[in-house]
Amino acid sequence: MATVQAHTETKWWGGGKSPFNIEYGKLMMWYFLMSDAFTFGAFLISYGTIRFSQNYWPDPNEVFNAFPLAGHANLPLAFVSLMTFILIVSSVTMVLAVHAGHHNDKKGVIKWMIWTVIGGFAFLGCQAWEWTHLITGDHAVLINGEIQNIGTTVTMNPWGPASTVTGADGHHVNTTGPVAFGGYFFGITGFHGFHVFSGVIINVVMLIMTINGTFERRGHYLMIEKAGLYWHFVDLVWVFVFLCFYLI
Amino acid sequence: MEHSVQEVTVHHEPGGKEVVQKIIKTTVILSVITIIELGMGLAMYAWPMAEGLKLFLKGVIVILSLAKAFYIVGIFMHLGDELKNMIMTIVVPLLLFIWFIAAFLWDGNSWKTLRNTYNKPAVENVAPAAHGAGEKH
Repeated sequence: MATVQAHTETKWWGGGKSPFNIEYGKLMMWYFLMSDAFTFGAFLISYGTIRFSQNYWPDPNEVFNAFPLAGHANLPLAFVSLMTFILIVSSVTMVLAVHAGHHNDKKGVIKWMIWTVIGGFAFLGCQAWEWTHLITGDHAVLINGEIQNIGTTVTMNPWGPASTVTGADGHHVNTTGPVAFGGYFFGITGFHGFHVFSGVIINVVMLIMTINGTFERRGHYLMIEKAGLYWHFVDLVWVFVFLCFYLI
Repeated sequence: MEHSVQEVTVHHEPGGKEVVQKIIKTTVILSVITIIELGMGLAMYAWPMAEGLKLFLKGVIVILSLAKAFYIVGIFMHLGDELKNMIMTIVVPLLLFIWFIAAFLWDGNSWKTLRNTYNKPAVENVAPAAHGAGEKH
Protein backbone atom coordinates (compact mmCIF):
# COMPACT_ATOMS: atom_id res chain seq x y z
CA MET A 1 0.00 0.00 0.00
CA ALA A 2 2.65 2.45 1.05
CA THR A 3 4.67 1.96 -2.12
CA VAL A 4 1.62 2.53 -4.26
CA GLN A 5 0.97 5.84 -2.53
CA ALA A 6 4.58 6.97 -2.85
CA HIS A 7 4.40 6.60 -6.59
CA THR A 8 1.04 8.32 -7.01
CA GLU A 9 1.49 11.82 -8.41
CA THR A 10 -0.66 14.42 -6.67
CA LYS A 11 -0.57 18.17 -6.47
CA TRP A 12 -0.01 17.91 -2.73
CA TRP A 13 3.21 17.53 -0.89
CA GLY A 14 3.83 13.95 0.18
CA GLY A 15 7.13 14.36 2.00
CA GLY A 16 10.58 13.35 0.89
CA LYS A 17 11.33 16.48 -1.07
CA SER A 18 11.25 20.26 -0.71
CA PRO A 19 7.50 20.99 -0.72
CA PHE A 20 7.65 24.27 -2.62
CA ASN A 21 10.46 23.16 -4.94
CA ILE A 22 12.32 26.31 -3.93
CA GLU A 23 15.68 26.74 -2.28
CA TYR A 24 15.57 27.46 1.47
CA GLY A 25 17.28 30.86 1.33
CA LYS A 26 15.05 32.04 -1.49
CA LEU A 27 11.92 30.99 0.37
CA MET A 28 13.10 32.80 3.49
CA MET A 29 13.86 35.90 1.41
CA TRP A 30 10.25 35.82 0.24
CA TYR A 31 8.97 35.63 3.80
CA PHE A 32 11.29 38.43 4.88
CA LEU A 33 10.00 40.56 2.02
CA MET A 34 6.41 39.80 3.00
CA SER A 35 7.12 41.00 6.54
CA ASP A 36 8.88 44.07 5.15
CA ALA A 37 5.82 44.74 3.01
CA PHE A 38 3.80 44.89 6.22
CA THR A 39 6.29 47.36 7.72
CA PHE A 40 6.04 49.67 4.73
CA GLY A 41 2.30 49.09 4.58
CA ALA A 42 1.96 50.14 8.22
CA PHE A 43 3.91 53.34 7.54
CA LEU A 44 1.89 54.21 4.46
CA ILE A 45 -1.44 53.40 6.10
CA SER A 46 -0.49 55.55 9.10
CA TYR A 47 0.30 58.37 6.66
CA GLY A 48 -3.08 57.82 5.02
CA THR A 49 -4.86 57.95 8.38
CA ILE A 50 -3.27 61.28 9.31
CA ARG A 51 -3.88 62.67 5.84
CA PHE A 52 -7.55 61.70 6.02
CA SER A 53 -7.81 63.40 9.42
CA GLN A 54 -6.66 66.78 8.07
CA ASN A 55 -8.82 69.40 6.45
CA TYR A 56 -5.94 70.54 4.27
CA TRP A 57 -3.11 68.59 2.66
CA PRO A 58 -0.45 70.07 0.30
CA ASP A 59 -0.77 69.38 -3.42
CA PRO A 60 2.29 67.30 -4.46
CA ASN A 61 2.34 69.06 -7.83
CA GLU A 62 3.18 72.30 -6.03
CA VAL A 63 5.68 70.85 -3.57
CA PHE A 64 7.65 68.68 -6.00
CA ASN A 65 8.08 70.95 -8.99
CA ALA A 66 11.83 71.58 -9.06
CA PHE A 67 14.48 70.07 -11.29
CA PRO A 68 18.28 70.35 -10.89
CA LEU A 69 19.77 73.27 -12.84
CA ALA A 70 16.32 74.38 -13.97
CA GLY A 71 16.14 77.33 -11.58
CA HIS A 72 12.64 78.30 -10.59
CA ALA A 73 10.95 76.66 -13.57
CA ASN A 74 7.65 75.06 -12.62
CA LEU A 75 8.11 71.40 -13.57
CA PRO A 76 5.68 69.40 -11.45
CA LEU A 77 6.60 65.74 -10.95
CA ALA A 78 9.37 65.89 -13.56
CA PHE A 79 12.23 65.01 -11.22
CA VAL A 80 10.37 62.26 -9.39
CA SER A 81 9.44 60.75 -12.78
CA LEU A 82 13.12 60.59 -13.57
CA MET A 83 13.75 58.84 -10.24
CA THR A 84 10.94 56.37 -10.98
CA PHE A 85 12.37 55.51 -14.37
CA ILE A 86 15.87 55.12 -12.94
CA LEU A 87 14.49 52.57 -10.47
CA ILE A 88 12.46 50.73 -13.14
CA VAL A 89 15.50 50.52 -15.42
CA SER A 90 17.75 49.29 -12.62
CA SER A 91 15.09 46.68 -11.85
CA VAL A 92 15.22 45.55 -15.49
CA THR A 93 19.01 45.29 -15.45
CA MET A 94 18.66 43.19 -12.27
CA VAL A 95 16.28 40.75 -14.01
CA LEU A 96 18.77 40.48 -16.84
CA ALA A 97 21.54 39.71 -14.30
CA VAL A 98 19.36 36.98 -12.76
CA HIS A 99 18.62 35.68 -16.26
CA ALA A 100 22.34 35.59 -17.09
CA GLY A 101 22.87 33.74 -13.81
CA HIS A 102 20.39 31.05 -14.86
CA HIS A 103 22.62 30.36 -17.83
CA ASN A 104 25.81 30.47 -15.71
CA ASP A 105 26.92 33.41 -17.84
CA LYS A 106 29.48 35.08 -15.55
CA LYS A 107 30.25 37.96 -17.91
CA GLY A 108 26.56 38.75 -18.34
CA VAL A 109 25.98 38.74 -14.59
CA ILE A 110 28.91 41.12 -14.04
CA LYS A 111 27.76 43.48 -16.79
CA TRP A 112 24.15 43.72 -15.58
CA MET A 113 25.10 43.90 -11.90
CA ILE A 114 27.34 46.89 -12.66
CA TRP A 115 24.42 48.65 -14.37
CA THR A 116 22.14 47.81 -11.45
CA VAL A 117 24.61 49.27 -8.95
CA ILE A 118 24.94 52.41 -11.08
CA GLY A 119 21.15 52.74 -11.18
CA GLY A 120 20.99 52.39 -7.41
CA PHE A 121 23.57 55.11 -6.85
CA ALA A 122 21.81 57.37 -9.38
CA PHE A 123 18.55 56.99 -7.48
CA LEU A 124 20.22 57.74 -4.14
CA GLY A 125 21.87 60.82 -5.66
CA CYS A 126 18.49 62.05 -6.90
CA GLN A 127 16.95 61.51 -3.51
CA ALA A 128 19.78 63.39 -1.79
CA TRP A 129 19.22 66.32 -4.14
CA GLU A 130 15.47 66.28 -3.58
CA TRP A 131 15.79 66.23 0.21
CA THR A 132 18.36 69.03 0.15
CA HIS A 133 16.13 71.10 -2.08
CA LEU A 134 13.13 70.63 0.21
CA ILE A 135 15.02 71.32 3.44
CA THR A 136 16.98 74.34 2.23
CA GLY A 137 14.37 75.83 -0.13
CA ASP A 138 12.85 78.76 1.75
CA HIS A 139 9.24 79.79 1.35
CA ALA A 140 7.52 82.88 2.71
CA VAL A 141 4.96 81.81 5.30
CA LEU A 142 2.74 83.79 7.62
CA ILE A 143 3.40 82.65 11.19
CA ASN A 144 1.77 84.48 14.12
CA GLY A 145 1.13 87.49 11.91
CA GLU A 146 4.70 87.72 10.70
CA ILE A 147 6.16 86.64 7.38
CA GLN A 148 8.96 84.13 7.88
CA ASN A 149 11.00 82.10 5.43
CA ILE A 150 10.98 78.40 6.26
CA GLY A 151 11.94 75.18 4.49
CA THR A 152 10.24 71.80 4.60
CA THR A 153 11.47 69.74 7.56
CA VAL A 154 9.96 67.31 10.05
CA THR A 155 8.85 70.25 12.20
CA MET A 156 8.02 72.88 9.57
CA ASN A 157 5.69 72.82 6.61
CA PRO A 158 5.44 75.92 4.42
CA TRP A 159 2.86 74.27 2.12
CA GLY A 160 -0.31 75.40 3.82
CA PRO A 161 -3.39 77.17 2.48
CA ALA A 162 -2.84 80.62 0.94
CA SER A 163 -2.89 83.50 3.41
CA THR A 164 -4.65 86.83 3.02
CA VAL A 165 -1.43 88.83 2.64
CA THR A 166 1.15 89.07 -0.11
CA GLY A 167 4.87 89.48 0.38
CA ALA A 168 6.82 92.69 -0.21
CA ASP A 169 7.82 91.56 -3.72
CA GLY A 170 4.30 90.52 -4.66
CA HIS A 171 4.86 86.80 -4.02
CA HIS A 172 1.92 84.97 -2.56
CA VAL A 173 2.36 83.93 1.06
CA ASN A 174 1.07 80.68 2.53
CA THR A 175 0.08 79.84 6.05
CA THR A 176 1.74 76.80 7.60
CA GLY A 177 0.45 73.38 6.57
CA PRO A 178 0.12 70.17 8.61
CA VAL A 179 3.44 69.35 10.29
CA ALA A 180 2.88 65.61 9.66
CA PHE A 181 3.58 66.17 5.95
CA GLY A 182 7.34 66.55 6.39
CA GLY A 183 7.54 63.85 9.05
CA TYR A 184 5.87 61.25 6.89
CA PHE A 185 7.62 62.32 3.71
CA PHE A 186 11.14 62.21 5.17
CA GLY A 187 10.34 59.19 7.34
CA ILE A 188 8.94 56.98 4.59
CA THR A 189 11.13 58.08 1.68
CA GLY A 190 14.06 57.86 4.12
CA PHE A 191 13.16 54.31 5.11
CA HIS A 192 12.82 53.44 1.44
CA GLY A 193 16.11 55.19 0.66
CA PHE A 194 17.74 53.14 3.42
CA HIS A 195 16.46 50.00 1.68
CA VAL A 196 17.88 51.23 -1.62
CA PHE A 197 21.20 51.92 0.11
CA SER A 198 21.37 48.47 1.70
CA GLY A 199 20.28 46.97 -1.65
CA VAL A 200 23.18 48.72 -3.40
CA ILE A 201 25.59 47.39 -0.75
CA ILE A 202 24.22 43.85 -1.22
CA ASN A 203 24.50 44.22 -5.00
CA VAL A 204 28.10 45.42 -4.71
CA VAL A 205 28.94 42.40 -2.53
CA MET A 206 27.25 40.11 -5.08
CA LEU A 207 29.20 41.79 -7.88
CA ILE A 208 32.50 41.25 -6.06
CA MET A 209 31.62 37.62 -5.33
CA THR A 210 30.73 37.09 -9.00
CA ILE A 211 33.99 38.65 -10.17
CA ASN A 212 35.90 36.43 -7.72
CA GLY A 213 34.17 33.41 -9.26
CA THR A 214 32.48 32.32 -6.02
CA PHE A 215 29.20 31.45 -7.73
CA GLU A 216 30.95 29.85 -10.69
CA ARG A 217 32.67 27.42 -8.30
CA ARG A 218 29.38 26.88 -6.47
CA GLY A 219 27.74 25.93 -9.75
CA HIS A 220 24.72 28.17 -9.44
CA TYR A 221 23.85 31.87 -9.13
CA LEU A 222 21.08 31.56 -6.55
CA MET A 223 22.58 34.37 -4.47
CA ILE A 224 22.05 36.74 -7.40
CA GLU A 225 18.41 35.64 -7.46
CA LYS A 226 18.03 36.40 -3.75
CA ALA A 227 19.68 39.81 -4.09
CA GLY A 228 17.43 40.33 -7.10
CA LEU A 229 14.31 39.59 -5.06
CA TYR A 230 15.35 42.24 -2.54
CA TRP A 231 16.15 44.76 -5.25
CA HIS A 232 12.80 44.23 -7.01
CA PHE A 233 11.06 44.63 -3.69
CA VAL A 234 12.70 48.04 -3.31
CA ASP A 235 11.29 48.96 -6.72
CA LEU A 236 7.90 47.58 -5.70
CA VAL A 237 7.82 49.72 -2.56
CA TRP A 238 8.72 52.76 -4.63
CA VAL A 239 5.63 52.15 -6.78
CA PHE A 240 3.53 52.71 -3.66
CA VAL A 241 5.63 55.54 -2.20
CA PHE A 242 5.36 57.25 -5.60
CA LEU A 243 1.60 56.65 -5.57
CA CYS A 244 0.97 57.92 -2.05
CA PHE A 245 3.28 60.93 -1.95
CA TYR A 246 3.46 62.21 -5.51
CA LEU A 247 0.47 61.09 -7.53
CA ILE A 248 -2.59 61.26 -5.29
CA MET B 1 11.05 5.54 0.41
CA GLU B 2 13.43 8.03 -1.11
CA HIS B 3 15.61 9.80 1.36
CA SER B 4 17.47 12.23 -0.82
CA VAL B 5 15.94 15.64 -0.21
CA GLN B 6 15.92 17.90 -3.23
CA GLU B 7 17.07 21.34 -2.20
CA VAL B 8 18.03 23.23 -5.32
CA THR B 9 15.22 24.55 -7.47
CA VAL B 10 14.43 23.27 -10.89
CA HIS B 11 15.26 25.85 -13.52
CA HIS B 12 12.01 27.23 -14.81
CA GLU B 13 13.46 29.06 -17.76
CA PRO B 14 13.57 27.08 -20.97
CA GLY B 15 15.14 29.30 -23.61
CA GLY B 16 17.02 32.57 -23.58
CA LYS B 17 15.35 34.63 -26.29
CA GLU B 18 11.77 34.20 -25.08
CA VAL B 19 12.66 35.21 -21.54
CA VAL B 20 14.46 38.36 -22.65
CA GLN B 21 11.50 39.25 -24.84
CA LYS B 22 9.17 38.78 -21.87
CA ILE B 23 11.38 41.07 -19.78
CA ILE B 24 11.38 43.75 -22.48
CA LYS B 25 7.61 43.47 -22.84
CA THR B 26 7.15 43.88 -19.09
CA THR B 27 9.47 46.89 -19.08
CA VAL B 28 7.40 48.53 -21.80
CA ILE B 29 4.17 47.81 -19.90
CA LEU B 30 5.59 49.28 -16.68
CA SER B 31 6.84 52.40 -18.45
CA VAL B 32 3.57 52.98 -20.28
CA ILE B 33 1.54 52.58 -17.08
CA THR B 34 3.87 55.02 -15.29
CA ILE B 35 3.49 57.57 -18.08
CA ILE B 36 -0.31 57.25 -17.97
CA GLU B 37 -0.23 57.71 -14.19
CA LEU B 38 1.93 60.81 -14.53
CA GLY B 39 -0.37 62.19 -17.19
CA MET B 40 -3.36 61.77 -14.92
CA GLY B 41 -1.50 63.29 -11.96
CA LEU B 42 -0.55 66.32 -14.04
CA ALA B 43 -4.06 66.63 -15.47
CA MET B 44 -5.43 66.97 -11.95
CA TYR B 45 -3.02 69.86 -11.45
CA ALA B 46 -3.31 71.55 -14.85
CA TRP B 47 -7.09 71.65 -15.24
CA PRO B 48 -9.55 72.56 -12.54
CA MET B 49 -11.98 69.69 -12.07
CA ALA B 50 -14.75 68.58 -9.77
CA GLU B 51 -13.76 66.71 -6.57
CA GLY B 52 -15.71 63.67 -7.74
CA LEU B 53 -13.76 63.41 -10.98
CA LYS B 54 -10.48 63.92 -9.11
CA LEU B 55 -11.38 61.10 -6.74
CA PHE B 56 -12.21 58.89 -9.71
CA LEU B 57 -8.85 59.63 -11.36
CA LYS B 58 -7.06 58.89 -8.08
CA GLY B 59 -8.90 55.56 -7.91
CA VAL B 60 -7.77 54.71 -11.44
CA ILE B 61 -4.17 55.60 -10.52
CA VAL B 62 -4.34 53.27 -7.49
CA ILE B 63 -5.60 50.43 -9.69
CA LEU B 64 -2.84 51.10 -12.25
CA SER B 65 -0.24 50.98 -9.45
CA LEU B 66 -1.59 47.62 -8.34
CA ALA B 67 -1.20 46.43 -11.93
CA LYS B 68 2.44 47.58 -11.83
CA ALA B 69 2.94 45.70 -8.57
CA PHE B 70 1.45 42.59 -10.19
CA TYR B 71 3.91 42.76 -13.10
CA ILE B 72 6.94 43.43 -10.87
CA VAL B 73 6.12 40.56 -8.50
CA GLY B 74 4.83 38.14 -11.12
CA ILE B 75 7.39 38.61 -13.89
CA PHE B 76 10.48 40.34 -12.46
CA MET B 77 10.45 38.44 -9.17
CA HIS B 78 9.30 35.25 -10.96
CA LEU B 79 6.62 34.58 -8.35
CA GLY B 80 4.31 33.52 -11.16
CA ASP B 81 6.69 30.63 -11.94
CA GLU B 82 6.60 29.19 -8.41
CA LEU B 83 4.27 26.47 -7.18
CA LYS B 84 0.77 27.63 -6.43
CA ASN B 85 0.96 26.64 -2.75
CA MET B 86 4.07 28.75 -2.32
CA ILE B 87 2.44 31.73 -4.05
CA MET B 88 -0.51 31.42 -1.69
CA THR B 89 1.68 31.57 1.43
CA ILE B 90 2.86 35.00 0.23
CA VAL B 91 -0.34 36.39 -1.24
CA VAL B 92 -2.96 35.27 1.30
CA PRO B 93 -1.42 37.08 4.32
CA LEU B 94 -1.26 40.27 2.23
CA LEU B 95 -5.06 40.19 1.99
CA LEU B 96 -5.00 41.59 5.54
CA PHE B 97 -4.14 44.91 3.90
CA ILE B 98 -7.69 45.21 2.59
CA TRP B 99 -8.99 45.46 6.13
CA PHE B 100 -6.06 47.58 7.38
CA ILE B 101 -6.56 50.19 4.69
CA ALA B 102 -10.33 50.36 5.05
CA ALA B 103 -10.27 50.51 8.85
CA PHE B 104 -7.49 53.05 9.28
CA LEU B 105 -8.61 55.46 6.56
CA TRP B 106 -12.11 55.29 8.00
CA ASP B 107 -10.64 56.07 11.41
CA GLY B 108 -8.74 59.07 10.04
CA ASN B 109 -11.83 60.42 8.40
CA SER B 110 -13.88 60.01 11.56
CA TRP B 111 -11.16 61.84 13.48
CA LYS B 112 -11.47 64.78 11.09
CA THR B 113 -15.24 64.84 11.38
CA LEU B 114 -15.13 64.76 15.17
CA ARG B 115 -12.58 67.56 15.32
CA ASN B 116 -14.49 69.74 12.89
CA THR B 117 -17.71 69.15 14.80
CA TYR B 118 -16.58 69.60 18.37
CA ASN B 119 -13.47 71.80 18.27
CA LYS B 120 -13.59 75.54 17.87
CA PRO B 121 -12.67 76.52 14.33
CA ALA B 122 -8.99 77.47 14.13
CA VAL B 123 -8.33 81.20 14.46
CA GLU B 124 -7.61 82.57 11.03
CA ASN B 125 -4.26 84.19 10.45
CA VAL B 126 -4.62 87.92 9.97
CA ALA B 127 -2.39 90.50 8.37
CA PRO B 128 0.40 91.94 10.51
CA ALA B 129 -0.81 94.85 12.63
CA ALA B 130 1.51 97.35 10.91
CA HIS B 131 -0.27 96.96 7.57
CA GLY B 132 -3.74 97.31 9.04
CA ALA B 133 -2.94 100.35 11.29
CA GLY B 134 -5.70 102.91 11.42
CA GLU B 135 -8.44 100.47 10.69
CA LYS B 136 -10.87 100.59 13.54
CA HIS B 137 -14.24 99.05 13.75
